[in-house]
Amino acid sequence: MRGVLYVFAALAVIGLGFWAYQENYKTQQAIKDTRLLHAKIGAAHERINILRAEWAYLNRPDRLRDLAELNFDRLGLLPLMPDAFGDVKDIIEPLPEILPITNPIDVNSIGPSNDEDPL
Amino acid sequence: MIRTPLRPLARVLEARDNGDDPALIEAENKRLRHEAMRDKARLRAEGRLLVLGAMFFCAFMTIGIRMGALASSEPEEPRAAVAGNPIIGQRSDIVDRNGRILATNLETHSLYAHPQDMVDPEFAAAELAHIFPELDEEKLLANFTGDRKFLWIRKQISPEQLQAVHDIGSPGLLFGPREMRLYPNGPIAAHILGGASYGREGVASAEVIGVAGVERFFDAYLRDPANEGAPLELSIDLTVQAASEQVLAGGMSIMNAKGATSVLMNIDTGEIISMVSLPDFDPNNRPPVLTTGDQSDSPLFNRAVQGVYELGSVFKIFTIAQAMDLNLVNPETLIDTTGPLTWGRFKIRDFRNYGPELTTTDIIVKSSNVGTARIANMIGADRQREFLNSLGFLEPTTVEMVEAPTGKPLLPRNWSEISTMTISYGHGLSSSPLHLAAGYASLLNGGTRVQPTLLRQDTVQTGDRVVREAVSTRSRDMLRQVVERGTASFGEVAGYKVGGKTGTADKPRERGGGYYDDKVIATFASVFPADDPQYVLIVTLDEPVESSGDEPRRTAGWTAVPVAAEMIRRVAPLLGMRPEVETLEPIGVTLTSN
Repeated sequence: MRGVLYVFAALAVIGLGFWAYQENYKTQQAIKDTRLLHAKIGAAHERINILRAEWAYLNRPDRLRDLAELNFDRLGLLPLMPDAFGDVKDIIEPLPEILPITNPIDVNSIGPSNDEDPL
Repeated sequence: MIRTPLRPLARVLEARDNGDDPALIEAENKRLRHEAMRDKARLRAEGRLLVLGAMFFCAFMTIGIRMGALASSEPEEPRAAVAGNPIIGQRSDIVDRNGRILATNLETHSLYAHPQDMVDPEFAAAELAHIFPELDEEKLLANFTGDRKFLWIRKQISPEQLQAVHDIGSPGLLFGPREMRLYPNGPIAAHILGGASYGREGVASAEVIGVAGVERFFDAYLRDPANEGAPLELSIDLTVQAASEQVLAGGMSIMNAKGATSVLMNIDTGEIISMVSLPDFDPNNRPPVLTTGDQSDSPLFNRAVQGVYELGSVFKIFTIAQAMDLNLVNPETLIDTTGPLTWGRFKIRDFRNYGPELTTTDIIVKSSNVGTARIANMIGADRQREFLNSLGFLEPTTVEMVEAPTGKPLLPRNWSEISTMTISYGHGLSSSPLHLAAGYASLLNGGTRVQPTLLRQDTVQTGDRVVREAVSTRSRDMLRQVVERGTASFGEVAGYKVGGKTGTADKPRERGGGYYDDKVIATFASVFPADDPQYVLIVTLDEPVESSGDEPRRTAGWTAVPVAAEMIRRVAPLLGMRPEVETLEPIGVTLTSN
């Protein structure tokens, strides 16, 4: 009985040793991966930061104002003034009636229909 | 196990036969047994001692080796169990109230040299001088061929310059990473942001520190890695700030002013939505501090916070409001306005004669110094002082900028009766436009104290009560009438019900001895909409002259008011305020409630 216990204990020690060895290497691998990921995330952050800075620089009010003035012919943008606010009653309501359809075209998604009544 | 008997029968019988004492045999055997037991115990004890010694040896060896390893190895950051985010370690961004970037960081490089590693110093010096025109080739060559082992060439260089220097191919020219503070909007909000520069510098990195404005005030917060890069949210609205700067710059040039400032403040929360001081500067490239002359002429000078001026008649509403709060007058009380009012050797005059008496409302509407001074006399020095203190006019503002404590109001040394009378219409007490904005906001928001702040707030400030709510409403009413039929008629902006008070104060001479005749500070302090106040706007022009008429006009009604009106016209829609235009026909749907 005692012998069996010794054998089991010895096996358990070997097993645990093997497990600890593996865990150790797994942990080290995980740390290595994390470090790599951190470096990648850091680089991504840096990129995002540069893009954000560039976005902010390109959208700086002075530049937008100059662009709006340069492209006034095409866009007709003006500074927001009090008369830009509309009123609910200015919205056309009800919507104008749809004109009667004079030349209907059959449209479906399964190809041209045949003349038979599907029902 | 077979035990050795103490009295073996064979030997006892033999001893009896021989006539010996059998007890000796027993004693002999006992002795042998004890000796065997002793040997066994000693062996075991010795074994245990050996094991114990070995254990101690191993333990001490382990500790010793570990200590030796720690002492002799490079320190390393524990990466497995580091709290927080290890990546975002740079200075936090500063954003406006809508999250648009006001200040951020950019990765650039610094350039330094190890002259001893250089192969061809002449070529390197020539090429560097070619890339950076501001560098002196001969000086560089002298440095490269001298005794120096290390020298900085440029603190920050652009990627194009980096490539160009790289192409020189000299092993003695080295790059270090360098974080740069970038203000993408250029001079917009320059005075608020302040600027940044480098603190301690190394080859591998440099410390970015704030030098002025919020950058300096929140330096510790911005550098704190525990924030994990969370930006600092200001109350400024970038669009409104840009529009205000544009309008104010235009107004400043039309009115030939040498400086201008404006403060737009939320009346309930005390948030500063825009704060402009002109002339301004680019925080990316901060100009040097003036070493001679008047600091207030420097573009670095923040007129809104640091500039303390006698602001003139804009103070009258405080006097009238206090008198109403003390039930000394009501808006219809008639006050004697016959001038000049003589007090000792001083004479108080009005801009023109307004007749023998005016109602309190008309004193504000027509801006009568004499009437206001008489009301101030009814209040008295102590109560006036206390009231102005409750509005924050006796202390520097608490706004979150390092410059705030320098904007300390100038008070009369002796708060005499004549001081009381002059302070009642804004002379004899100098304060900053920001003080005025906070004072107007406190008076007109229903009568509770508001502290100006540059940080985004989500809740309304609930400060101490300054005046009764009814007094606040009546004051707004009076200010509205100033615009409708008084000195600020140019301030009318259709749909926004602007109320406000003008103030034109002669500038005191720098060396003492009275006031200039032809230099004024023109101020318009306004609130809009007057019936449901939301914002306070202060516009101050320094030495404006409006010269479209026959003779130059300097009063605020002709200078500061049109600028402020244009600013409200531009800014109010940006703040999402809809103009209330009176419609002739009623709108079809009427909202009702019981």
